[in-house]
Amino acid sequence: MLELKDVHVYYEGIHALKGISLKVEEASIVTLIGANGAGKSTTLKAICNMVPYEGTISLRGQDLRKIKTHEIVRLGMTMVPEGRRIFTNLNVMENLLLGAYARRESKKVEEDLEWVFSLFPRLKERHKQQGGTLSGGEQQMLALGRALMSKPKLLLMDEPSLGLAPLLVQEIFKMIETIHKEKVTILLIEQNAHMALKVADYGYVLETGTVAIEGPGKELVDSPKVKEAYLGREVEV
Amino acid sequence: MTLTHFFQHLANAVYLGSLYALIAIGYTMVYGILRLINFAHGELLIVGAFIAYYGILIFHLPWWLSFIIAIALGALVGMSLERVAYRPLRERGAPRISLLVSAIGASFFLQNLGLVIIGGRHKSFYRPPFFAQTLQLGDVTVMNFLFILPIITIIILGIVFLLVYRSKTGMAMRALAKDYPTARLMGININRIIAYTFALGSALAAIGGIMYALRYPAIHPLAGVLPGLKCFIAAVVGGIGNVPGAVLGGFILGMLEIMGIAFFPHLAGYRDAIAFIVLIIILSFKPTGLLGEQVVEKV
Ligand SMILES: Nc1ncnc2c1ncn2[C@@H]1O[C@H](COP(=O)(O)OP(=O)(O)OP(=O)(O)O)[C@@H](O)[C@H]1O
Ligand SMILES: [Mg+2]
Repeated sequence: MLELKDVHVYYEGIHALKGISLKVEEASIVTLIGANGAGKSTTLKAICNMVPYEGTISLRGQDLRKIKTHEIVRLGMTMVPEGRRIFTNLNVMENLLLGAYARRESKKVEEDLEWVFSLFPRLKERHKQQGGTLSGGEQQMLALGRALMSKPKLLLMDEPSLGLAPLLVQEIFKMIETIHKEKVTILLIEQNAHMALKVADYGYVLETGTVAIEGPGKELVDSPKVKEAYLGREVEV
Repeated sequence: MTLTHFFQHLANAVYLGSLYALIAIGYTMVYGILRLINFAHGELLIVGAFIAYYGILIFHLPWWLSFIIAIALGALVGMSLERVAYRPLRERGAPRISLLVSAIGASFFLQNLGLVIIGGRHKSFYRPPFFAQTLQLGDVTVMNFLFILPIITIIILGIVFLLVYRSKTGMAMRALAKDYPTARLMGININRIIAYTFALGSALAAIGGIMYALRYPAIHPLAGVLPGLKCFIAAVVGGIGNVPGAVLGGFILGMLEIMGIAFFPHLAGYRDAIAFIVLIIILSFKPTGLLGEQVVEKV
């Protein structure tokens, strides 16, 4: 469904991605793990054309290079950005409706709103509350709910469990599986490597801008190589 | 002061306040989205007033049609201004100070273009008889427009609030004011929303310009500078970036300007200084302006 071929990204002087190639098959969950600064978020930004890149990125065979960031969502691909990025000055309802900004069919949008509210009853209770006054966990739910409002075929998630208590992290992972059952393909970036690999069909381990290891999620979970790569060299000490 | 005088002043004050409110909205909306003080906003008042003036004088249009055309063309001029003076800088990632310099340049350019094309002599703005008729209420005599224009303004303010707080485009504007990259991810075409914002602000400026010219009919290419400045102050007093704040600031300034002189006639010479005094007092107590945003953000 989504394919990256030899993607390079440079930030003034820093070679952040050094030739990443990866594939996300239709209806699968793929995870991208790696240490801080490995280039995970940069990969998602390249996919959404938020940073200039070299190489090719294609969605269902369509080259994404000429597609502007604001047109991406209309292709059925939506990103939950790192750090939630909800609109703190808008209320919960407005945040959700912005997720559906690119859609025209208001009937379906209303149905999806009900669906999102059934997934996150908390959001329904608080639909009039300003986004900025939600708790961290609620903000994460809102970010996820907002992304779902675009009715994505492919959902890109950048560390959805960041900064959440263990119980909430589990809840988020349950949510990811629920969403996946709705035939949504998922590319998941995670610090919780273990949990991510357990739900993933396929995983990639990034190390300073390159794919160090890849393989089916179940195989990577127990691989000592992954533990080493993921934790970096300190492990040997 | 007699009661009748008081009401006469009050009508004047409401009128000026609502006029300032309309114009201040343009400053605050553009600031909210671009973090830019659009220094050329004051010139857009005069653009509106002069188009209306020439529409009547040269093209012999009925006054109402001329006003509508002036408002539409005013919006167009505002959009073009953004297109040539701001967007190219924005797209190249220029620092904000460059945009500010560009805004000042655009302001001077429009002023001087006006002087070249129109000349420096004051023109007398046409006051439609409908507006100029007087109304006798007991002892109070006021011209119709002192009543009509605040009503029109309040209707327009209502429409603006619906647009900003209830429409999809308004929602996109408010989202942009917070976070460009995320707004893009939602599918918002930033350039288009910015263009709409300029169109709306500039249309309001044109309306304000026409209203100003109805009240003070001697128009001149540089006549937008002072009201522009006062309305900028109104936006800052209310909390720049905040639309209700701009309305509040506009009313406060308009009221104080008229009422201050009404109660202390010997201070009439300081009339134009009142806005600045209010600014200094309010900012020293509340640096973000009256309704200025307190940043509530959780990580
Ligand atoms: N805008 C930028 N300008 C310069 N360097 C950047 C920029 N964004 C990221 N980088 C650098 O690129 C590298 C990869 O960053 P990226 O955000 O992709 O890492 P990440 O894998 O998402 O890390 P984390 O797990 O901490 O979120 C880092 O070294 C980072 O410092
Ligand atoms: Mg990251």
